[in-house]
Amino acid sequence: MSMLVSVFTIYNVIIYTQESASSVLTMSPYALAGEQLWQKNNCAACHQIYGLGGYLGPDLTNVISQEYKGPEYVKYFVNSGTKSMPKFNFSEGEKEQLVAFLIHVDNTGYYPNKDAEFGKDGWVEIEYK
Amino acid sequence: MRKNFSLFFVVAGLFMLILGAFIGCLSSLVYIIPDFLKEYIPFNQLRPMHITSVISWIILTATGGVYFYLGRVEKIKLYSTKLATVHFIIFIVIAFGIAGSYLTNQMGGREYLVFNPLLMLPILLGWFLFAVNYFKSVVNTIKNWPVYLWMWAVGIIFMMFHLSESNFWIFDHFRDDYIRDVTVQWKSYGSFVGSWNMLVYGTAMFLMTKIRNDVNIARGRTTFFFFFLGLTNLMFGWAHHTYIIPTLPWVRYVAYGISMTEWIIFIKIVYSWSKSLTKKDKQEYSMVYRFILASDFWVFVNLVMALLMSIPALNYFSHGTHITVAHSMGTTIGINTCVLFASVSFIVTKVNGKEMFNRSKKIVFYLFNLSLLIFWVALIAMGVFKIIWEANNPDGQVGVMHAESSTYYAIFIVAGSLLFICIFLIAYPMIKALIPHCKYALMPAVVQREIDHIKKAQES
Repeated sequence: MSMLVSVFTIYNVIIYTQESASSVLTMSPYALAGEQLWQKNNCAACHQIYGLGGYLGPDLTNVISQEYKGPEYVKYFVNSGTKSMPKFNFSEGEKEQLVAFLIHVDNTGYYPNKDAEFGKDGWVEIEYK
Repeated sequence: MRKNFSLFFVVAGLFMLILGAFIGCLSSLVYIIPDFLKEYIPFNQLRPMHITSVISWIILTATGGVYFYLGRVEKIKLYSTKLATVHFIIFIVIAFGIAGSYLTNQMGGREYLVFNPLLMLPILLGWFLFAVNYFKSVVNTIKNWPVYLWMWAVGIIFMMFHLSESNFWIFDHFRDDYIRDVTVQWKSYGSFVGSWNMLVYGTAMFLMTKIRNDVNIARGRTTFFFFFLGLTNLMFGWAHHTYIIPTLPWVRYVAYGISMTEWIIFIKIVYSWSKSLTKKDKQEYSMVYRFILASDFWVFVNLVMALLMSIPALNYFSHGTHITVAHSMGTTIGINTCVLFASVSFIVTKVNGKEMFNRSKKIVFYLFNLSLLIFWVALIAMGVFKIIWEANNPDGQVGVMHAESSTYYAIFIVAGSLLFICIFLIAYPMIKALIPHCKYALMPAVVQREIDHIKKAQES
């Protein structure tokens, strides 16, 4: 038991301190404020990032860099809503913060990871940004 | 209240189950009526209510079970009933706080624990009181601990750790690095589930030993091997939730290796146990036996599913679809809820002196499992449909996909509603059977009168 707990402690320290595989910079205060808005309004109830979250709306990992989408698309939708999505009443500044958060997420990686390579042993080599 | 405080946890848990299942039914309607309740309680408020209620059912009932089994079955003198009462009061007050946080749209937490993170402090205090009470009661009282005491102990300790870890995002060190942040977040959630599983599986082991009246099955080498395997999975096996996140590859390798070992020994133990039961045991605790056996079936199907989903090549497709939901529903309803129904049936038998079992309950039991099976298959079908649809429509709109999935959604909603009715028909009689004992707990004079009455009857 004590050995298992020791390994677990070391493992946790590594997980907590390791650098990300992506080369992205730390979040700006603007993006952090956007993430706060994301949490306060529980956007993850319907939307996913990296496939984690709800199932009603689309995954938003790369909504910023997707063709025909991008910052203006996001800004439009948050305050107009859809049939199932409520109309939020975000100010211009808040919309910019939300977009900053999504730009940061977009820079961390790809989802779906379309260029992933499948190994014969069941392993998947994902593409990093 | 002191003597029967454990029943308060159980009754509160049953209420949360009925509430959570009802809100789940309401939430599911959004898939076919997109603006359902949107103006009153939109989906971003409904979904966390459903999740929190159902998690509360598992935690409150498992906790009540531990208190009950220690005091009323193992006859261990609890260190402090006062602490346990404070523990219960904290959890109930916090439940109202969380409900208020959702209803007033004052959230700020993250998935699973969407409520304001400040509310986590009293929750942790409640768990701390539970830990103090548990260890002070059990350590130095029982030698050569059976496995269920270890499982409960580990469940309590790791629950405190992972609930704290789930809020590490409040620190800049985690928050500044999005990938590290999301990795730690899902690590904590995976292990949070593993922690409540320890409490629930410990309960299953306890029930098996009591029904068979043989504590040796909880002291065998294979049983402890399973326990350590489960613990290893709790500590290191969470990362299949995050295969697709660009974490460092070794984190994903470790998870792949460990996930493949999951649950196999547990099946073996339950299977060996069910084979060795005598007919008398089965009759005496028929509801307990049936629910444990049902959980055995759900362990088997979810084991197959978990093993498949832990293969990265399959996880690549199943991740982010309702196949993941099928897995979580299969485990929380099929395994956790069946074990906890078995636990409550055992408790009702103990306090009432007779088993609550008749023909109609047997029908509800089968309907419960049948509706869960249809519900589970419908969720898998929804997931498979999404995978195929997205492959054929890489730039398609989600709304179009939902419209084309309406047949699967209709089956999912009908099966879910039937499941809710069955849950109600199982849980409500349990509440009815336990409430009088809670009432007596609040009215000591009535208890004394009952005891005198029984004594007189025995003497005559």
